[in-house]
Amino acid sequence: MKVVLHVWRQAGPSAAGSLVDYEANDISPEMSFLEMLDVVNERLIVRGEVPIAFDHDCREGICGSCGMMINGAAHGPMKLTTACQLHMRSFKDGDEIWIEPWRAKAFPVIKDLVVDRGAFDRIIQAGGFVSAPTGSAQDGNAIPIAKQAADEAMDAAACIGCGACVAACPNASASLFTAAKITHLGDLPQGQPERMRRALAMVHQMDIETFGSCTLFGECQEACPKGISIDTIARMNWDYLFAAATERQGAEVGGTG
Amino acid sequence: MTIKLDARIPAGPLAEKWDKHRFEMKLVNPANKRKYHVIVVGSGLAGASASASLSELGYRVSCFCFQDSPRRAHSIAAQGGINAAKNYQNDGDSVWRLFYDTVKGGDFRAREANVYRLAQVSVNIIDQCVAQGVPFAREYGGLLATRSFGGAQVSRSFYARGQTGQQLLLGAYQALEKEIVRGSVTMYERHEMLDVVIVDGRARGIITRDLVTGEVAAHVADSVVLGTGGYANVFYLSTNAKGCNVTATYRAYKKGAAFGNPCFTQIHPTCIPVAGEHQSKLTLMSESLRNDGRVWVPKKKEDCGKKPGEIAEQDRDYYLERKYPSFGNLSPRDIASRAAKEVCDEGRGVGPGGRGVYLDFADPIARLGEQTIRERYGNLFEMYQRITDEDPYKQPMRIYPAAHYAMGGLWVDYNLMSTIPGLHVVGEANFSDHGANRLGASALMQGLADGYFVLPATIGDYLATAKPDTLTADHPAFREALDGVQARTARLLAVGGKRSADSFHKELGHIMWEKCGMARNAAGLRQALEAIPKLREEFWRDIAIPGTGAELNQSLEKAGRVADFLEFAELVCTDALHREESCGGHFREEHQTADGEAKRDDANFAYVAAWEYAGDGRAPVLNKEPLEFENIHLSTRSYK
Ligand SMILES: Cc1cc2nc3c(=O)[nH]c(=O)nc-3n(C[C@H](O)[C@H](O)[C@H](O)COP(=O)(O)OP(=O)(O)OC[C@H]3O[C@@H](n4cnc5c(N)ncnc54)[C@H](O)[C@@H]3O)c2cc1C
Ligand code: FES
Repeated sequence: MKVVLHVWRQAGPSAAGSLVDYEANDISPEMSFLEMLDVVNERLIVRGEVPIAFDHDCREGICGSCGMMINGAAHGPMKLTTACQLHMRSFKDGDEIWIEPWRAKAFPVIKDLVVDRGAFDRIIQAGGFVSAPTGSAQDGNAIPIAKQAADEAMDAAACIGCGACVAACPNASASLFTAAKITHLGDLPQGQPERMRRALAMVHQMDIETFGSCTLFGECQEACPKGISIDTIARMNWDYLFAAATERQGAEVGGTG
Repeated sequence: MTIKLDARIPAGPLAEKWDKHRFEMKLVNPANKRKYHVIVVGSGLAGASASASLSELGYRVSCFCFQDSPRRAHSIAAQGGINAAKNYQNDGDSVWRLFYDTVKGGDFRAREANVYRLAQVSVNIIDQCVAQGVPFAREYGGLLATRSFGGAQVSRSFYARGQTGQQLLLGAYQALEKEIVRGSVTMYERHEMLDVVIVDGRARGIITRDLVTGEVAAHVADSVVLGTGGYANVFYLSTNAKGCNVTATYRAYKKGAAFGNPCFTQIHPTCIPVAGEHQSKLTLMSESLRNDGRVWVPKKKEDCGKKPGEIAEQDRDYYLERKYPSFGNLSPRDIASRAAKEVCDEGRGVGPGGRGVYLDFADPIARLGEQTIRERYGNLFEMYQRITDEDPYKQPMRIYPAAHYAMGGLWVDYNLMSTIPGLHVVGEANFSDHGANRLGASALMQGLADGYFVLPATIGDYLATAKPDTLTADHPAFREALDGVQARTARLLAVGGKRSADSFHKELGHIMWEKCGMARNAAGLRQALEAIPKLREEFWRDIAIPGTGAELNQSLEKAGRVADFLEFAELVCTDALHREESCGGHFREEHQTADGEAKRDDANFAYVAAWEYAGDGRAPVLNKEPLEFENIHLSTRSYK
């Protein structure tokens, strides 16, 4: 099959970008979307032209590296599927395909389809962990965890940090990403001691990183390749409000000395 | 000049070695720890766990990875599980059994003392991960669930759905991020290490290229740790992530670190078969599927074109159950892979090109119900369907072996130090504990054992002998290494040829898969050893790299890695040619029993082959570390 691509090309962070057209001939339906881009790039390289830069690594939908807007949808038209797991059988012969990077102030473009998602790491740094230094752990079976709690924690923990939620959100909010981590750790007994601190710090960091605020459009849930539920955001908001209230109390009692 | 290999295995009874050694090793005074700077290259399970743990101890750490975040290291893709000798199931497991299974599974080519230690600390790993909030699968009673993997008759693999590696890595990554914000780890994402720097015989730093700006820089430290993963991508098509490469360990080899058993590579039996010529990678279907799935091909060649449902039960050959009745579908990987190749070579393979066998879930679905199977393997089934457009609940999966894992790696002693003092190697990057074949769910265990528990204890013994000094990157050794890296980049860019790095990589992969893959013989290996240098010459004449070195340039990154693979492949074939025996993943057709099983030669080959670089264009020097088995009787490995 043959498709026509309109790809965002941008030489560097401060360069102006634009859409450039490419024809991709001899594409077979079993190819993955990234293999189709490989074929286009192979031709560009042979002609001495700079190939389209895009992030990718596992090509199995788990590392979260790949990410691009395909025809206006984060990761393309197939639900619960990353760009690397999308196959050309989802398109028809003669289709036109628009490919652009994630668009968000907090994710500046580095080159072509490659963006800087360092803000996500900094949100985790703010509190997305359990402080359990190596060697300090008790037996793994010492605290039973109800299967349902473990399963729900796993549902939230499945987030791959790709950034599709931000790209899909009209406000470019990172709420789904942040809430997924807050929910994962908050569902488990191990996450309780730092739960309130975590919610405050992570939400605060999200603001610092210039992500927009959440107005519950729900686009993030639709775009998430791992099916993270928007219910996690309600959980985050609850933890945050509770933490903010109790923290103020704590401050009053403890004073500033 | 040959290297002196001293494995420094502590004396005394096996079960007491590690404890005694920990007592005998020197300690660094807590107040002095922050005077030491340790570079960790790699943020996978091994690198991230090591970085976090060293930082918690008080060392200053710099951690490097080539992805845009440490959370994306290739460990994230591990699916099935992680072993630990917890014996929660009361099914007869013990530290000794895990030790025994691992040594036997590795076809008696691993060091007893290392493997025993691995089995000992395995139990602490699970505890550590649970404490970090890793959401392992649980039973209704709230306790940890386990499942079985190949090569074991007990249920000792802990798992988090089909995303065990992801959850373990996120645990280690979060611990790492916690240390970054505390200020004691500095993280360098999108940085590629291109050389290690040796000063006065010790590893004192690295040279990196910033993949965004192209800046080449030197980093000074008191010790360097490589946790840079495996080299299965030397076969081009493999289950590894696209970025996995041999560059870090190969450059260290060229600086004097011995490379252990490079020919020990693992071909995984259950991967989705190749679909077309533009295939860029192969997808693993976790070995855990073999807990329930049954592997078969038609008995008669004529049936291969039929739909699987049209082939009657008595016309199916469940060849693993037939040949290896006691382990059946859970036979170890090397054995299951070769058996698949054998039936396909006989013309009984299924699917395009006849390169596939069925992995069938009809029986377990009938017995346990679709819901149970969905709970156990749902995400793997979905992945299979997404890639092949076939529904494995309705028709059997088609699978075929693919390159997957490197047992070989840089040689290390009991303290995980290479032959270069101060250069430590952890995780898949070292030649490690798996001998000639790794058992399922043991790589995650080893990576985390090295990073959380072994290295943090052993590195102090080295650092205590290395007084902090005022070395800077102005030292001539750093200048020289930096100039070398820049010159090489310039040389690559100057070729101005017509072929992409991928096209060379594919061609190399084809040679390696055909001549040095699941079955090897002397004639084929010699052909490979002729073909590889020719391909390398062509590479340096005709590589095309558009763009410059002073920007994000993915063609340049790839070309650098492929250039290293093109040299390293020769080392793999040289090792494979020299090892005149069959063991584990290394099957030499000349050395097999009448019924096609691997024939080991313990009299002549019970050693680790540690190859030493002797200069470009010179044959590498073979050093041998004899393997002594004091606790396990060397026997013919049988899974019948
Ligand atoms: C699909 C798949 C499934 C698997 N499933 C299982 C399983 O179920 N159970 C199991 O036990 N094992 C499994 N394995 C094996 C296991 O995942 C790996 O062996 C293990 O994760 C390797 O961890 P590591 O930390 O050594 O290296 P990796 O996770 O590969 O990390 C390497 C790190 O080094 C960095 N790096 C590499 N080179 C450079 C360089 N030159 N400069 C800077 N940084 C560099 C990378 O950025 C990365 O951070 C699986 C493997 C695959 C491919
Ligand atoms: S490349 Fe890893 S998720 Fe797409």
